[in-house]
Amino acid sequence: MSRAALLACQVVVGLVMLAVWHAVTVYPIFGAPKQVQFFFSTPLDVIARVVREFSGTEIWRHLFITLQETLLAFLFGAGGGIVVGFIFARSDVVAAIFDPYIKAANALPRVVLAPIFALWFGLGIWSKVALGFTLVFFIVFFNVYQGVREVSPVVLANARMLGMNGRQLLRHVYWPAALTWMFSSLHTSVGFALVGAVVGEYLGASAGLGYKIHEAESVFDVTGVFAGMAILSAFVIAIDALVTLAENRLLAWRPGQGGAR
Amino acid sequence: MGAPGLPDGRPGANPAAATATRRVGDGTELATGETGDSLRAPAVSLSGVTIAFPLKGGATYVAVEGADLAVAAGEFVAIVGPTGCGKSTLLNASAGLLEPRGGSVRIFGAPLAGLNRRAGYLFQADALMPWKSALDNVAVALEPKGVGRRDAEGQGRRWLERVGLKAFVTSYPHMLSGGQRKRVALAQMLIRDPEILLMDEPFGPLDAQTRQIMGNLLLKLWAQDRKAVLFVTHDLEEAIALADRVVVMSAGPAARIIGQYPVSLSRPRDTADIRLDPEFHRIHREIWAQLRVEVQKTYGDSDMAG
Repeated sequence: MSRAALLACQVVVGLVMLAVWHAVTVYPIFGAPKQVQFFFSTPLDVIARVVREFSGTEIWRHLFITLQETLLAFLFGAGGGIVVGFIFARSDVVAAIFDPYIKAANALPRVVLAPIFALWFGLGIWSKVALGFTLVFFIVFFNVYQGVREVSPVVLANARMLGMNGRQLLRHVYWPAALTWMFSSLHTSVGFALVGAVVGEYLGASAGLGYKIHEAESVFDVTGVFAGMAILSAFVIAIDALVTLAENRLLAWRPGQGGAR
Repeated sequence: MGAPGLPDGRPGANPAAATATRRVGDGTELATGETGDSLRAPAVSLSGVTIAFPLKGGATYVAVEGADLAVAAGEFVAIVGPTGCGKSTLLNASAGLLEPRGGSVRIFGAPLAGLNRRAGYLFQADALMPWKSALDNVAVALEPKGVGRRDAEGQGRRWLERVGLKAFVTSYPHMLSGGQRKRVALAQMLIRDPEILLMDEPFGPLDAQTRQIMGNLLLKLWAQDRKAVLFVTHDLEEAIALADRVVVMSAGPAARIIGQYPVSLSRPRDTADIRLDPEFHRIHREIWAQLRVEVQKTYGDSDMAG
């Protein structure tokens, strides 16, 4: 399928969904439109609300806060995951000792941590960063651990025969191998950083997209909730596009990468 | 091709090498450049080398037993043997990648401890760093020697040109064909100017035509500054076409070196044309008579024929 045809199909699917939504909320198909609209709003109202939001300046502040939290959560989570993943992969003893604790910590649903983080770090951005960190850290950690452990033995032996010392092996072999695995999970980990930020905001904050949606929900403003979700989705797609761009640049050496999308 | 006047002979450091030489070169280029230790002692000397691996349940698998082999400086030695006979383990012991259970490995007379720093190794499998371009893969080989980045890239470019990959400097390994990747690996090994070249069925994964071309390329590069070469292969024709001496190993386990055959074909050689030489056929027949027995042992099948 050509790129244009694909895009056309994608747009048609979106329009059909909006049309169905519009039809069932504006015409009396499943009940009185007023009643239905209370629960589901209408696409035109939601679009109007989104436009109104963006004509003001407040939404940009919320977006900026959420973006800030997402980036910080990603940077700290990825940094911590890389360092710990490296240490664990290079030392079997350390990995064996900490194994049950890592598993236990990873098994914990992060939502239960949110109130504690709010208590520790306050209602500002840092409690959200902490929540995002706990999500990103484990994804990156497991990937880096795997990546370093599964470096091709032939590539490693070859690098050693080239006379590389420990530092050079780290730089030319282990590090790129670990990065590969980290980047393969980049979409997931950036997504989780955002989830951490939004959930944190949702549970207690004074700014950010999650806060905005929560605020609308608490006054039964369904249009506001849908508008918030629409903005959030667009935000996620924009970030994901940036990640794809970064990935294509950094993993240009990989077969099938670069220009694949 | 190398200079036609290059002599076949080199200082006969061991009897087998001496018999391999037809004409003893006078005033050979390589001899004048050698240092004292390499003139006397063989580049690689294995004596009574035994290699064993622990198996599950405490048993041990003896791959190679009591192998004696000496490779003189500047000599091209090929090891042939049936599949799984431990040819590669012998090579890994010479590289220091594997510590022998018994016996000793000496490199230019000195006992080998740890990795063999004077050797370059060409692996059978793809050993290039997939995240580095062809040039980076070759240039990085100079980093352990402390060569500056700019200088290393310049030398890397020259080596890629020498192996015929001038147009593929920025290509990543996955963009190259198997033969091209081998050329990069060859350049990566040779740019360090190692005194010993260890090759583990390097052209095994390539198709027949590419093997011929790679064999000629190897001989051409080798002729410029003859290094000691230990070349493992399962292909007897390749072994004869390339080497000064062919070493035959018995079937494993506990494989031994059971025969050494000098190859008295003149150099420079063309690996394809040389196969039509009557002398080539004579040597091939002689070695195959012994090798075939071992190959049949491996398959446990007396009907197995070449």
